[in-house]
Amino acid sequence: MTTGADAGRLSAAYLATGSSSFTDFVGAHAPHLLPSRRALPAGSSLEAPHGTTIVTVTYGGGVVMAGDRRATMGNIIANRDMEKVFAGDEYSAVGIAGTAGIAIELVKLFQVELEHYEKIEGTLLSLEGKANRLASMIRANLGMAMQGLSVVPIFAGYDLEREEGRIFSYDVTGGCYEEHHHHSVGSGSLFARGSLKKLWRPELGAGEAVSVGIEALYDAADDDSATGGPDVGRRIWPTVAVIDREGVRFLADEELRPVVEAVIAGREGNPGGAR
Amino acid sequence: MSSMPFYVSPEQLMKDRADYARKGIARGRSVVVLGYDRGIAFVAENPSRALHKVSEIYDRIAFAAVGKYNEFENLRVAGVRYADLRGYSYDRSDVTARGLANAYAQTLGTVFTQESKPYEVEIVVAEVGTRPEEDQIYRLTYDGSVADEQGFVAMGGAGEQIEGGLEERWRPGMSLADVLGVAVDLLGRDPNGATGRRLDASQLEVAVLDRQRPRRTFRRIEGTLLGALLNTEDPTRDAPTADDPTPGRHDTLTQGSPSESATNPETQREGE
Repeated sequence: MTTGADAGRLSAAYLATGSSSFTDFVGAHAPHLLPSRRALPAGSSLEAPHGTTIVTVTYGGGVVMAGDRRATMGNIIANRDMEKVFAGDEYSAVGIAGTAGIAIELVKLFQVELEHYEKIEGTLLSLEGKANRLASMIRANLGMAMQGLSVVPIFAGYDLEREEGRIFSYDVTGGCYEEHHHHSVGSGSLFARGSLKKLWRPELGAGEAVSVGIEALYDAADDDSATGGPDVGRRIWPTVAVIDREGVRFLADEELRPVVEAVIAGREGNPGGAR
Repeated sequence: MSSMPFYVSPEQLMKDRADYARKGIARGRSVVVLGYDRGIAFVAENPSRALHKVSEIYDRIAFAAVGKYNEFENLRVAGVRYADLRGYSYDRSDVTARGLANAYAQTLGTVFTQESKPYEVEIVVAEVGTRPEEDQIYRLTYDGSVADEQGFVAMGGAGEQIEGGLEERWRPGMSLADVLGVAVDLLGRDPNGATGRRLDASQLEVAVLDRQRPRRTFRRIEGTLLGALLNTEDPTRDAPTADDPTPGRHDTLTQGSPSESATNPETQREGE
């Protein structure tokens, strides 16, 4: 596979000095492993599963990221329990919308990139540094995006310097923008954003922020067919990550269930939900 | 004006290179790697907090080296790249110390025979298993030879002398505090330092691969915790399973008291 030539010897790329980026190393040594380096036949398009809505909400002690579990392919539900929110490292999370296969591969590369830097340099990257690394990966994917295989992530993390949760959004060209208070991406994001605007308050606590995120996902699922609502029958709840000074923590099903059930109960006879 | 070419026998050439490398390595202070009941411990005499002799390679694999810093640092980085690439293209569980030791052996062997100067280094690649019998410790020398060591290794100037001491005093199933005591005592007799010294925490670089931890098992041990482990009167016998509560990098343990903040997630929720 990708060990150096010369009878198992680690090739020059392994021993080269200067770079602490895993992506740069793979690009130089085994470019076929990078999601962005694959050539696609020109002018073609194909149907692949798409991930949908992710919301992020800041609160006093950090930031919450929640994603629905549905992936769609045209009018078909490709997957009803896909996870679309991932830990980037100990203090950050990435949510993905867009072509699921490529997005998950990008997240995997991003996770290795952060851990690789940590091991080689012996220190953590700054939150902006992490956000910029993700931007350069999205930028490298532009060719694929132009053929319909776009990936639009959302990045949230706890800034250890400023001691607060921060959100970064991206466009398909790799533009990276800091968002304030809350943000959403994916097909249901317009509906989610409206919901977040009305529900977000500066004094939210972690539990309230989780609840606001779930309300927003519910509103997205209400009006967007590609976003999955909570599936009570199958007990499929949204993926929710809480990031604070202790690190990233994914909420377990037992913790989420009462929150989701409260949101559903609150809408009985009141389909507009909390306000 | 070109000098007269003259014949040097291959035996002489290799011997000269080996002597050169050995001399370089013998100048450095020693590193001891030894198994204990709950993992593998690495102990080096190294007053520097920034230039490490012991480092993390992957989830269950660590690296220790003696000799020329720039050369083994180069090999360490290559090892991290090798492991991360393998884990990325296959799976995290497919990264093994044996694979890495082979790659290092090929590299050191090729450099020894083909380049103008051999690497003046000796390295250990160790992988902690789920049980002590599954621990693996590989020692690699400047010419690319590999040895699969059982239980302990000592490298550097006083390596042989320390190994003699370890053969007498090391037993399988010792606690972390006990193996550290033995290692520090033997390192204190290193002839490259003043003999008969008692090394204290500030002169030591100590790290462990802790088999009880999920995923990344490598932790450096410093500060109060190291002091407590080295103090025979102190009841602390093992590294805590929880990380320091301070925000930031969680690769260093300095406190004995447990906390609830052991995060270090992989990609998904636990157990998936």
